[in-house]
Amino acid sequence: MLSSEKNKKLWIARDYGKCSGCRRCEVACSLYHENKIWPEASRIRVFMLVPGVEFPHFCVQCQDYPCVDVCPVNALSINQIGAVTLDKEACIGCGKCIDACPGRVPHLHPEENYVLICDLCDGSPQCVKVCQEGGWKALSKVDRKENVDYREHAKTPEVITRELALVFYGEKAEELIPC
Amino acid sequence: MLGYAGKILEVDLSAEKVQTTIQREEVLKEFIGGRGLATKILWDRLGEKWETINPIGEENLLLFLTGPLTGYFPGGRICVSGKSPQSNGVIGSTIAGEFPVELKCAGYDGIIVSGKADEPVYLFIADAEIQILSARHIWGKNGKQTVRVLTKEGRELLKQLFLGRGEPKEPAIIYIGPAGENLVRTAAVMGKWTHAAGYGGYGAVMGSKNLKAVVVKGSSALPEVYNVEEVKHLIDDVCKKCYESVDFRRWGTSSAGYNVGAERSAEPIKNWQEEWHDEESFKVEEFEKRLWIKKAWGDFGCPTTCLKMAMVKTGQFKGAIGDNPDYELQAYVGTNLGVFTPEANVYLASLMDDLGLCGIQTGNVLGFAGELYQRRILTNEDLDGLKLEWGNAEAFAELAKKIAHRQGLGDVLAEGTFRAAIKLSKLKGLDVLRFAVHVKAVAIGAHGIRSGKDYPMEMSYACSVQAGDHTSVAYLPLTHSASELTVIFHDSAVYCWFNAFGQPQDLKWKFYKAVTGVELTPKEWYETKALRIIQLQRAMLLLGGPDFRWNPRLHDENPLRFYEPLPSGPWKGKAVDKKRFEELRKKYYEAVGWDENGIPKPEVLKRLGLADVDEVLDRLRRNA
Repeated sequence: MLSSEKNKKLWIARDYGKCSGCRRCEVACSLYHENKIWPEASRIRVFMLVPGVEFPHFCVQCQDYPCVDVCPVNALSINQIGAVTLDKEACIGCGKCIDACPGRVPHLHPEENYVLICDLCDGSPQCVKVCQEGGWKALSKVDRKENVDYREHAKTPEVITRELALVFYGEKAEELIPC
Repeated sequence: MLGYAGKILEVDLSAEKVQTTIQREEVLKEFIGGRGLATKILWDRLGEKWETINPIGEENLLLFLTGPLTGYFPGGRICVSGKSPQSNGVIGSTIAGEFPVELKCAGYDGIIVSGKADEPVYLFIADAEIQILSARHIWGKNGKQTVRVLTKEGRELLKQLFLGRGEPKEPAIIYIGPAGENLVRTAAVMGKWTHAAGYGGYGAVMGSKNLKAVVVKGSSALPEVYNVEEVKHLIDDVCKKCYESVDFRRWGTSSAGYNVGAERSAEPIKNWQEEWHDEESFKVEEFEKRLWIKKAWGDFGCPTTCLKMAMVKTGQFKGAIGDNPDYELQAYVGTNLGVFTPEANVYLASLMDDLGLCGIQTGNVLGFAGELYQRRILTNEDLDGLKLEWGNAEAFAELAKKIAHRQGLGDVLAEGTFRAAIKLSKLKGLDVLRFAVHVKAVAIGAHGIRSGKDYPMEMSYACSVQAGDHTSVAYLPLTHSASELTVIFHDSAVYCWFNAFGQPQDLKWKFYKAVTGVELTPKEWYETKALRIIQLQRAMLLLGGPDFRWNPRLHDENPLRFYEPLPSGPWKGKAVDKKRFEELRKKYYEAVGWDENGIPKPEVLKRLGLADVDEVLDRLRRNA
């Protein structure tokens, strides 16, 4: 990879309707970051509040990065590719970033006292790799652009579930959604 | 041992006690997990009094066991077992989903449920936190509503337990529908909305324990493995091979709804009176373009994602949601009932799921009732006015509801095809057993053997230790990929063997070594370990009881229907050749180490270290 390429800002475009629910992204993410298959320590998590309505939930890199701003110990920062990176040693696991995130995306590591946020794998997101290889294409790597409202993609699992369930199940959706 | 969580969760619902136990490494090496380990546990704990154990009584055990490859080999499944209310033997019945992965991540290789709760309960597991909670509010609820309520409650409990850790994902859930609650012998253990451990009737066992559901969340990693780099490579290898199966990934097993009928002439039609159709309306393209709202749907780690989500959007069956349906349900609640329209088929499959019924077993008993109606043995009066004509999906749906709730004739049919046939023969004063298409009270899968163009051999069902189960058939040579002995490895290491199709034969041994660090050779497997599991399953199947016991001379046999010539199609006139069947059965007995009466031989049992089984079987030998 050229260094100019390596420093390029990127984004993971997501088409939730194409998610098969295979969770290969969780497997790939946790193998990459933890060298174990560990769904709860995956930076990308597939929610299934309604069967058939599976979708990956992970950082959207809001243009204003509210999680970074709110961190009381400056454990979060933004790197050259636009990802939020964590200083594990500094993080106190207070969860303020979770509350600041409009999609409530970050979650604490199940065994350590620090938060898990997608770091875009140094520019080669493993989740995108497996999703593309398998032909589902729910996740695609794209260039990050200026003047785009990325924050609007940050939605809670409940909101995404409702939106997707309506697409799939139409007027039947309401009676299937846990509320 | 590497690859295992190391503990089994034991839940005594009578005493409301929970404890963990450890399986010895020697036992795990011999019996692996899942079906193999279930067989060992059941023999050790219930073997002595096997014949007296009522499968839907308090003394039966209900087992949910993963295996060492579960979660690693792409496509996670879990094996449900116990004494089967269908065969009175042991059936390893697997179901896909995230449940096994959550369970292993919570620290358990499996759950053994004993006793019976005083009132409906569900089990909630979050790592070391185990709660037995009331299920009064969900008793009677269908699958979709059960999943909805438990997803909500489960997440609320997780929010409290993991306070401040962020949004909890949903826990994984397995459950029973109304059919299991009402002890219907064709009831399945269900997952998501459409997933089922159908063979065996373990939904009824779960219901007999007053256990509505098990809800689990695990927050640890999957257990440590021997060689993680090798595991990563093997996962990639399996996935790459699966990606080559373009048609299978696109259609799942749904293309078989047409192909197995039109091309192989091996599909049940109108209770197996025929096995051939060429209805274009039942081609998979019709399902795809008219009904599929999600074209790739899968479970944990699966590269194939052969499931599809279907929904009927218009017409009289509007609102029905289900999977593809897969081939088995296309056949059993489609062609077998004379239903050839995708909408009606999805509706019926979705109803099976909602009620928690096994689509194969129930589709078979519905077809059986349909034939009795056709022959005017069952009347409108018997059926409370239902016109059970072939193709009348609404009438079959009403009858399915009666079965799930044990109402009217449904109470008889809820016993499954074989037991219902015995009851109806008495009630009607004539032999209707000849219309019952089953082997040892397990309705056979939707793969006929008369044309010889589909996969099983003539003795495939007759000699299987899981009887009519089309996923586990007797086959020669024993080392063939379609042989029950091979399947036992898949179902004991516990993963989806659809993802093992087309893989090199040695891949599974390599995978096992990479995860556990233990070398396992095909020779060891086929000549010792698998053979030992087969003997144990065979022993418990033959001991049977308390209501029925099988005599191999009479019951290692095909359904009578398979000796009737096919009445239509390209192989019109073909039937199972009795002489060839008997030769194959004899060959199979020899290969697998059974005497001429089908009973495991003393020397074989002794060589396998099963002297205690030999002693018990001596009783059967004297009677034979």
